[in-house]
Amino acid sequence: MNAIKIALTELYGLFVDDGSLAIGTLAWVAFILLLLPRLHLPHIAQGIVFFAGLAAILVENVYRSARK
Amino acid sequence: MNWAHIGPALLASFLASLVEFVEALTIVLAVGVVRGWRSAIAGTLGGVLLLTLLVLLFGPALQRIPLHSLQLVIGVLLLLFGIRWLRKAVLRAGGKLSLHDEAKIFEREKNKLSGQTAQKSALDSIAVATTFKAVTLEGLEVVFIVIATSAGGMLLPAVYGASAAGLLVILLGMVVHKPLTRVPENTLKYVVGVILTAFGTFWIGEGAGMHWPGSDIALLALGAGYLLASWAGVYLTRKALQTPPPSQTKQPAG
Repeated sequence: MNAIKIALTELYGLFVDDGSLAIGTLAWVAFILLLLPRLHLPHIAQGIVFFAGLAAILVENVYRSARK
Repeated sequence: MNWAHIGPALLASFLASLVEFVEALTIVLAVGVVRGWRSAIAGTLGGVLLLTLLVLLFGPALQRIPLHSLQLVIGVLLLLFGIRWLRKAVLRAGGKLSLHDEAKIFEREKNKLSGQTAQKSALDSIAVATTFKAVTLEGLEVVFIVIATSAGGMLLPAVYGASAAGLLVILLGMVVHKPLTRVPENTLKYVVGVILTAFGTFWIGEGAGMHWPGSDIALLALGAGYLLASWAGVYLTRKALQTPPPSQTKQPAG
């Protein structure tokens, strides 16, 4: 049982290091998947908006971590 | 199929797997030097066996999942995996986190194991468990990288990339018998973080039905975009470290 718990913790650690970064990333992905198709943006703009949000989340998280 | 098509998957798989293999090799070498090669190799083989079983068990199931759903799920996992690496690489490059040093890890692992008494049986259980855990965990990351970078039907290039990285690290390990400190691991992790994040973004877009301009070529633009964003992150980290936190600049009340 303990081995399974350790394995699951290690597996979780592969994807999540800083909780706020993971939550921010998932929230942005969910927003893009649910709302972007309803905004009727041109195809090229969809990818740019998606990327820009993720880049902003990364930069904000790094800056906040550096300030701690 | 040409290099422009298979190149990104092959290169991403090779570089990302290289980092994981170097990490596993560092621990296996430390265990081998301190506790003996027999136990180190036994643990390694056990890890490889478990990984092979996992791939054989779950690999075929992946082919039954519809492509768009697979791209979406793999894309999300890859994005979380990549952005986590990129964040750490940026904080390291900016001076907030200490650099990852294989020589230090090698020494730490060696010292940790030297302090424990070796068993008199043929196999040393601590050594076997340590290498088994290292190989299984780092190997799982390699398996995930291969699955992720092959999400667009690029399984063979991704497998070749990871296999080449594995062979290279094993050969170098056999020759040098020391941690591969000359591999610029931090730079590699930075580059791999950018590549994996770009792949994750791309696959989520594909899974969601977005039309990337230039199709696969958009991966290069995404990589360039994340590189620029990470440079901004490095700049801001350095700037933040030069400025004292707000709590220290406040004047005492009264």
